[in-house]
Amino acid sequence: MTSDGTQAFVAFDRVQKSYDGEVLVVKDLNLHIGRGEFLTMLGPSGSGKTTCLMMLAGFETATHGEITLDGKPINNIPPHKRGIGMVFQNYALFPHMTVGENLSFPLEVRGMAKSEREGKIKRALDMVQMGDFINRRPAQLSGGQQQRIALARALVFEPELVLMDEPLGALDKQLRETLQFEITNLAHELGITTVYVTHDQTEALTMSDRVAVFDDGRIQQLAAPDTLYEEPQNSFVAQFIGENNTLQGTVSKISGDMCEVTLTDGSIIDAVPVNVSAVGEKTQVSIRPERVEMNRERLADDVHTLTAEVLEFVYMGDIYRTRLRVAGKDDFIIKTRNAPDQRRLRPGESIEIGWRPQDCRALDA
Amino acid sequence: MSDATQDGPVLAADGTPLKRSLSRALRAQKLRALMLIAPLLLFILITFIAPIVDMLFRSVENQIVSETLPRTVVELEGWDAEGVPSEDVYAALAYDFMEAAERRNHTRLGSRLNYETTGISSLFRQSGRGVDDIGEDYADQFHDLNPAWEESETWAALMGAPDWVEAQSADDVEGAGLLFRLSVAIQDVLPETSDAYRSFARTVQSEDNDNPVAEEPWNTVYLALYRDLSTGEVSGYDGPMADLLAEAAAAVPDFEGMTPREAFADINDDWLDTEVWATIEAFSDPYTAGYFLSAIDLQLTPDGVERQPPEQRVYLLLFNRTIFMSMAITLMCVLLGYPIAYLLSNLPARTSNLLLILVLLPFWTSLLVRTSAWKVLLQQQGVINDLLVWIGLVADDARLALINNQLGTIIAMTHILLPFMILPLFSVMKTIPPSYVRAAKSLGATNFTAFRRVYFPQSIPGIGAGCILVFILAIGYYITPELVGGRTGTFISNRIAYHISSSLNWGLAAALGTILLALVLVLYWVYDRIVGIDNVKLG
Repeated sequence: MTSDGTQAFVAFDRVQKSYDGEVLVVKDLNLHIGRGEFLTMLGPSGSGKTTCLMMLAGFETATHGEITLDGKPINNIPPHKRGIGMVFQNYALFPHMTVGENLSFPLEVRGMAKSEREGKIKRALDMVQMGDFINRRPAQLSGGQQQRIALARALVFEPELVLMDEPLGALDKQLRETLQFEITNLAHELGITTVYVTHDQTEALTMSDRVAVFDDGRIQQLAAPDTLYEEPQNSFVAQFIGENNTLQGTVSKISGDMCEVTLTDGSIIDAVPVNVSAVGEKTQVSIRPERVEMNRERLADDVHTLTAEVLEFVYMGDIYRTRLRVAGKDDFIIKTRNAPDQRRLRPGESIEIGWRPQDCRALDA
Repeated sequence: MSDATQDGPVLAADGTPLKRSLSRALRAQKLRALMLIAPLLLFILITFIAPIVDMLFRSVENQIVSETLPRTVVELEGWDAEGVPSEDVYAALAYDFMEAAERRNHTRLGSRLNYETTGISSLFRQSGRGVDDIGEDYADQFHDLNPAWEESETWAALMGAPDWVEAQSADDVEGAGLLFRLSVAIQDVLPETSDAYRSFARTVQSEDNDNPVAEEPWNTVYLALYRDLSTGEVSGYDGPMADLLAEAAAAVPDFEGMTPREAFADINDDWLDTEVWATIEAFSDPYTAGYFLSAIDLQLTPDGVERQPPEQRVYLLLFNRTIFMSMAITLMCVLLGYPIAYLLSNLPARTSNLLLILVLLPFWTSLLVRTSAWKVLLQQQGVINDLLVWIGLVADDARLALINNQLGTIIAMTHILLPFMILPLFSVMKTIPPSYVRAAKSLGATNFTAFRRVYFPQSIPGIGAGCILVFILAIGYYITPELVGGRTGTFISNRIAYHISSSLNWGLAAALGTILLALVLVLYWVYDRIVGIDNVKLG
């Protein structure tokens, strides 16, 4: 069952995977993906995300557990019978075939008639705006063009599920952003279910309906991008997604959905208890740089504030990035918008900072 | 951008055309590169290319006939190839043969012409012994007419240029002295005699280191004198020995003796055989296609080019066999090498390196040792036959003939050449990312289809490189077919080696080698047209 209660299209049920019989690269994976959903598996390298994708595609077998596709277990179905489209990191366009032949390949192996093939190929190429390139060879195309063709090839046989393994990893930033946009649009237009693997968190946040953050063979958090960013469930997710300030401390008071944390230097701050439940527990609080407020007047009267010393001021165009010393730590960052009324801080200056208690999350230590 | 829109050539900053400026900048670099390869280039040119070119040149070179029998070749031009040649031809042959016999060249020519017509060698040897006597009957009659003709000084005075005679007649002349020079006056009066005498004089000088003034001429010179006097007029001559000559001219019509033709026929009847003459005429050109014709089982006859008699046709068969067996070996190598290379390229690096060493292991031992090992394994009382008999697959009295035939050559050479197939295949397969096959499978292709349509086409450059290597190595292989090929499993290269070292027919060996080289180049061209040489990768 997915979060919204419909029948899962793809389901991982207690899946484990080990290559050598000693170490589990995937530990007890439970993941349900709804029909038409765009799900991204995000995580550092070695976190098990690509292994999950390969198990879904059929190139790796699960050591334990079951994977179902549209309700049917697929553990024993060979890859070519799964009908899953796949886009590879290095595109994997067949170099000895033209673009047209590459696209024709999945249709030919399905025994489709020539006339029918031609129509589908043309439609698929037009879909990625590559209709004029049908007779080119992959080597004659740029990286971005090759990726479009790879996408068209994965879609031409109209699979219901498409897997993408870091498809934009080799492209430059600008091209990557354009293609991110195109891929999401296409996936939603066609209503296909997409599982996308990346280690680029921006990509994950901008493209996905939901993101599964992988680390150490487990899903650390599975949530929509905004939830993931604003409400990380543990310190790994908080660190991995976006920029983040962390402070160490002990829970000194819990009252309902609020708590107070005493930092190592004795100062007290307000936070939302996420992974803490009792007074005296060690915790790591996390606060986004852009949620830090240095204008006391914008904060409620009863919130705690801290005194900070400005160490470094960096002008970045649209924002200012200022590094502070807070509670004995030198790496506290705040970001402020480059607005007409915004003051530029000077190193050595002493300021008062605070935040809305709900923006600060007390996580596992 | 602005440079490209200018009219005329693009200029460098100092105003010189960019192209010239660039080539000047690169000249030093090119020169340095040339210097680096120069030693190897020279080494190859001197020790490898030049001898090969010289060797190949021998396949058409045929100066031996025109050099040994120069006068005969000239006279033969007027021969109609039907019937016995004229007396003039035999006379020319007598002069040529006399000199050749003295210089001991005639046997060499005899063996050369024997390649074309058997029997010429012994004919020449025999004639070399008998040619001394040709013209003796005339010499005797001249001696009887006037004893002065017996004196070597008479001849020297008659034929030699006056200052040469004077110099050579001095007492202190040692050895041959000055090179003989002919008297100008005598040349018009006695053309054949002066030619024959000059041949005599110079031969005596160079071969025996003797002074012609002190040597009596050969009998053939008397023959020439007789022929000159019986046809020509000497009355206008007033040089030395004019009286003697006039006396002889008057007496000559009464002389009797064997004509040159009769004299040669007396030595050996074969000199009346037109086939011998046809052979000499056919090979009188300084360049000949004869070796090439022989190399493809043809021969040059007076009636034109004909096929060799069936029992002598051997080379086309050998060429066909060489090509066929090389192809069979190449095919075997592909069939055996492809799966191994595939396995190697898909194993983890550590394992594949270890296995690769096993592939290369044969290179650590000598080719001869490996071939000899096959002899031990394959012979009728060898390991494999013993094993088959022991298992019961083969009866003891029907042991398989695995060696000294084509099968033996194919087995041994496939083994020896297999690494040359595996290595290029391996290095090409190594570069095919596994994601291609994965992609094909994810697109719905079965394992076999993914291999056939995606993996195999990408490994073709490796197959191409391996095939070229193995085929070209196989087509020129010599040692292995020689050792395990027996009678039916030898290659054209074995025949070439035979002609180089045993029969000493280097011209034919060169022609066979040239044809083999041309064949390889033609096959290479065909291969380029079919597979495309761009599709060949060694890694």
